[in-house]
Amino acid sequence: MDHQALRSSDANAHTLEERAAHVRARANWMRQRLLKMIVDAGQGHPGGDLSASDIVACLYFDILRIDSTKPNAPDRDRFILSKGHCTGALYSALAGAGFFPEAELDTYLKPESRLNGHPNRVYLPGVETNTGPLGHGFPVGVGVAVAGQIDGAGYRVFVLTGDGELQEGSMWEAAMFAGHRKLGNLTVIVDRNRLQQGARTEETNALEPLADKWRAFGWDVVEIDGHDVIALLKAFDDAAQPRDKPRVLIANTFKGNGVSYMRDQAGWHHGVPNADQLAQAIAELEAEKSE
Amino acid sequence: MNAPANLPGMFDCRDAFAGAIEELAAADDRIVAVCNDSVGSSKLGKFRDRFPDRLVNVGIAEQNMVGVGAGLANGGKVPFVSGAACFLTARAMEQIKVDCAYSQANVKLCGISSGVAYGELGATHHSIEDIAWLRAIDKLTVIVPSDPWETAEAVKAAAAHDGPVFIRISRMPVPAIERPTGASFTIGKAETLREGSDVAIIVNGTLVYRALDAATALAAQGIAARVINMATVSPLDTGAIAAAAATGAIVTAEEGLARGGLGGAVAEYCAQHRPVPMRMLGFQGFAPTGSASWLMDHAGLNAAGIVAAAQELVAGKS
Repeated sequence: MDHQALRSSDANAHTLEERAAHVRARANWMRQRLLKMIVDAGQGHPGGDLSASDIVACLYFDILRIDSTKPNAPDRDRFILSKGHCTGALYSALAGAGFFPEAELDTYLKPESRLNGHPNRVYLPGVETNTGPLGHGFPVGVGVAVAGQIDGAGYRVFVLTGDGELQEGSMWEAAMFAGHRKLGNLTVIVDRNRLQQGARTEETNALEPLADKWRAFGWDVVEIDGHDVIALLKAFDDAAQPRDKPRVLIANTFKGNGVSYMRDQAGWHHGVPNADQLAQAIAELEAEKSE
Repeated sequence: MNAPANLPGMFDCRDAFAGAIEELAAADDRIVAVCNDSVGSSKLGKFRDRFPDRLVNVGIAEQNMVGVGAGLANGGKVPFVSGAACFLTARAMEQIKVDCAYSQANVKLCGISSGVAYGELGATHHSIEDIAWLRAIDKLTVIVPSDPWETAEAVKAAAAHDGPVFIRISRMPVPAIERPTGASFTIGKAETLREGSDVAIIVNGTLVYRALDAATALAAQGIAARVINMATVSPLDTGAIAAAAATGAIVTAEEGLARGGLGGAVAEYCAQHRPVPMRMLGFQGFAPTGSASWLMDHAGLNAAGIVAAAQELVAGKS
């Protein structure tokens, strides 16, 4: 398996379609790997992992300027998983990007593993801040972006939030301040799968009109299909982002995307497939590769 | 409102705090101040004028303030996150736990106007629970300085310390504590301000000078009281507590709840390792209406209250 990202700096050497094909292959690998991790551990959050996999794959295998051998390099791009429960997506991406050995994924949730149910930067290289309780990663990301703004640094900050997470008040404190500070180095991606743990967001505490809310807070808003890798890569393109506004991608996704029986089903928020279901999921993902 | 009395020889520790971070900032451009619309109450006006790009005012939003502080630390800054202690701690407790302590972010949290300094504004604005709450959080250093010198030293020590620190910055007037020449401040090290073997008084913050006054009064009665300034509540100087227990009597006093804070910390250690009769002075709960100084006296957080507790313990020895 080729773990080397096609860096955006190499963009000239690769067509957008070539980059997308690479990201899709990595996303497919992530989906298979994280499902096996979850089955092996007997727990996890496959629904949100799968809705976020294409987004996370775009970042780790194309967009982010990171070096796994220098996880604390001051000028690195930052990725913060504000929806901290989706460690299946994060850990598979970090392993795929070389931050730790792929074999360590087999320790997921096992006693004293570095791969806790929620990410821990103290143990694990590549994690920027500990998340888990919702509403934390975004304000931290805003702080990193402010530091970059003060220093005139070149790095970018990416924060992935859940959509249900936007019901937390701290998210809007952060959104307001980022708009006020005109943080052009900050990109938030809302994994808009429309499902929270127990039900649909719009039935629980409605988020719509979501794009208008972000615009009112001073953000550049892009609404895209969060499983369309070419659309994601274009939206992540630094040159496309206004310099005087933070950008939010409202990425319309499906929980459980890539596995037919999980897709758009609230029950797979933290459901665990049985052996037959895993085999079916892997078969479907293998079939997707040859499409 | 609650302006500290400018009595001769009495100081508002916020001035020492502000002076120290300005001095640090002049020498180190990683130093930034983060506040919640509290430029005035945190005395950051001069900092803002001298270092306008390094004052990050998030507005009235404490959860975001602490998260932004953790992010600034991630970006290589040394942020001093300052706000009224009552709001900084209670409103942003999960951010302090997760973004700062659990993440081991290099954030310096400064709880301004702590304890009952806001007097008549009432229990919403008092921060008497903060030490009990923060002491329970792993890997968070907690410091309660006693006077301007110690406040400035604590701020400098916090900047030099790699990891999250909480410093309680009082606005209640305190005198400069008399210390031997060459005295130094070390995180985690208690300071014996007066020797004595009949009873040990363990205090910090605004209670330190009150305890020294109490020791003087006790000496006149033939009771030799040791006064220990336990400025660092976490990590605790257990060696100093063990030695204090050897006197056979310990009084603790703090500008905070009588349970869970400094007294609680000392009692936890003593109960397990050096059982000794104790009295723990502090507030019993939400305070009634009254000025800060009235509330202190009302709760017995003064020299007379400490003397009475010490006398009772010493009498109980025989």
